[in-house]
Amino acid sequence: MYLYDEIDQKLVDERVAQFRDQTRRFLAGKLSEDEFRALRLRNGLYIQRYAPMLRIAIPYGLLSTKQLRKLAHIARKYDRGYGHFSTRQNLQLNWPKLPQVPDILAELATVQMHAIQTSGNSFRNITTDHFAGVAQDEIVDSFVWCEIIRQWSTFHPEFSYLPRKFKFAVNGARSDRAAVAVHDIGLHAVHDAKGEVGFKVLVGGGLGRTPVIGFVIREFLPWPHLLSYCEAILRVYNRYGRRDNIHKARIKILVKERGPERFREEVEAEWAYLKDGPSTLIAEEVARIESRFTRPAYLNLPAIDAGLEATLASNRAFANWHKRNVHPHKRPGYAAVTLSLKKTGVPPGDVTAEQMERIADLADRYSFGELRVSHEQNLIFTDVQLSDIHALWNEVRALGFATPNIGLLTNIISCPGGDFCSLANAKSIPVAEAIQQRFDDLDYLHDIGEIDVNISGCMNACGHHHVGHIGILGVDKNGEEWYQIQIGGNQGEIRPGVGASLGKVIGPSFARAEIPDVIEKLIECYLARRDSDAERFIDVVHRVGVEAFKESVYGNADQRAAHRRGQLASA
Amino acid sequence: MATLIKEQRIVADSWRLLSRGPKGELPEVPAQGDVIVPLALWLARRDALLAYPGKLGVWLDAHEGPEEIAADLRRFALVAVNFPKFGDGRGYSIARLLRERYGYEGELRAIGDVLHDFLYFMKQCGFDAFVLRDDQEVQAALSALDTFSEGYQTSVLRPVPLFRRRLATGKR
Repeated sequence: MYLYDEIDQKLVDERVAQFRDQTRRFLAGKLSEDEFRALRLRNGLYIQRYAPMLRIAIPYGLLSTKQLRKLAHIARKYDRGYGHFSTRQNLQLNWPKLPQVPDILAELATVQMHAIQTSGNSFRNITTDHFAGVAQDEIVDSFVWCEIIRQWSTFHPEFSYLPRKFKFAVNGARSDRAAVAVHDIGLHAVHDAKGEVGFKVLVGGGLGRTPVIGFVIREFLPWPHLLSYCEAILRVYNRYGRRDNIHKARIKILVKERGPERFREEVEAEWAYLKDGPSTLIAEEVARIESRFTRPAYLNLPAIDAGLEATLASNRAFANWHKRNVHPHKRPGYAAVTLSLKKTGVPPGDVTAEQMERIADLADRYSFGELRVSHEQNLIFTDVQLSDIHALWNEVRALGFATPNIGLLTNIISCPGGDFCSLANAKSIPVAEAIQQRFDDLDYLHDIGEIDVNISGCMNACGHHHVGHIGILGVDKNGEEWYQIQIGGNQGEIRPGVGASLGKVIGPSFARAEIPDVIEKLIECYLARRDSDAERFIDVVHRVGVEAFKESVYGNADQRAAHRRGQLASA
Repeated sequence: MATLIKEQRIVADSWRLLSRGPKGELPEVPAQGDVIVPLALWLARRDALLAYPGKLGVWLDAHEGPEEIAADLRRFALVAVNFPKFGDGRGYSIARLLRERYGYEGELRAIGDVLHDFLYFMKQCGFDAFVLRDDQEVQAALSALDTFSEGYQTSVLRPVPLFRRRLATGKR
């Protein structure tokens, strides 16, 4: 955990006081709806379909058990006893009452938490690899860099009122688990030929209604220049990003309208003034931030635990779970364990207050009192001793978080959708549930292998449907809910050298009841064409193309034409 | 009449702000008095304005660049930047550039949709005078100039970022 110093704490406290005053003025009729909206959004407070929604920041997804218990307390005291972990590694409460929100923020501040800039046209929560600090392919500990950027981006006087929201992702390992290509700025740590650390900088990626893969503005930016270079990018965006149309205001549109090369030239021209200025980072500051993170007191353990190996050999259910939900660790004798929040019948990412407390107890006993929220909406214990894994499995199973589906079809990413969100065109959660019910046979799921299914209830793409191997998008047709299917998207590298990709729509949309059948047809098409079980769904889509999948769903071109003629005739 | 805050106090305003007419026509310059002219008027009648008997200021709209007046800054007793809507953040960059890149040291005034809750950022970016929108409660707004006691980043008021100042004081 990063531990606040006095100044970090003071700023968060001052923010609570500021928002308390703003809320008071609004309730007294001294602030207009429009003005208060701009202010409350920067504290994560939306007015939703049925009630306000409060989005609490979990910076880079890292939580202590003390914080999780506080979240449980808040969910119980101020809400309906549960919360929703989102794809931005945040926690959302769906039923807080506006006059109580300042009290909620004050409670959060007591455990070094806040809701600062979780919404509005500002820097948002910075996301990263959920295996940061423990991954075997680590280049840098991305948490340190996320925290440096968090501080720099908090209440930035010049960049607090950007044309639109702005999302950073930082990846500190060789392989990209932070989806850096689909963020406004993506930073991927790299070494240069001399072994110095720097960042590959991507700009202008994003999902939403105009999905774009970010372009590489710099192959290698030495780490001391990180903040001054970002300032140059942000100044160009703040001055020239469009403010006349909310749908064209993201930096990706500016990059597209300028063209990447011209955009790069403008940034470099701006940077010429800022380079080597006071924002230039220094080793002492990186070391200071690093030293404020608590670190697990690891034991010296053998790399293999005989007890674990024996249990794996004798207990098939445990072995199945272990295969999917336990991940390697850079430290011998330890592993990372994913608690799946994707049990069939429960909205993806939802956790009750009681479950939060039970999870906190487990994290205290098994993982140094810390846990992570992944952008796949699961929770991760990153530092579990191998000899404890079986005992942990038994405990997690009793809580219902041992669904062995990490990476599998039922580990669906889903936004809250039309059940909760006022922006949604369609519901998402019932679709996720229907798919999970259809694919309830575990052997079949394991046979299908790794696949990402992502669902968004509207084109704002909170469920990241563009980068799902199968993406499902809720659309509105004459007031009815329909669903468009796309395939072939991928959030990170598909294989070394083949980067992130956006899915392609396979054809006309479907009614909700048809979706499980459609998914089943796509899966059957994949299984019939794969070379072996080592070739994943996404690999087959990229190898054979979309047409075969299209045919499996809609029939061949002749059948599709006949179908269309039939529709026209009956229309 | 709108209230002017300057140097953390409420002060009387001697300046007259000139704007384009309803059809976009450039305003007429009065015979005397202190005037703030729109950038377009300055660019169109530079020589005549240089001979103006009163004090001269210029104002930039949010889409206009400080580059346009950078070479002439010493000719103005005041530069104003317009915020067409409170959530429009372009004025913050304009202010920093005027102060930091072009070395402007005179009065830098925020005009337009200038509200209580935005004064802190404006001040940090180098504004030292604020014409509040008519409906704002002035006394409350004065305290908002210093909402936050510290800042992590560089700004006009804090040219050295917190991490360098921490290091200088030896405070870890």
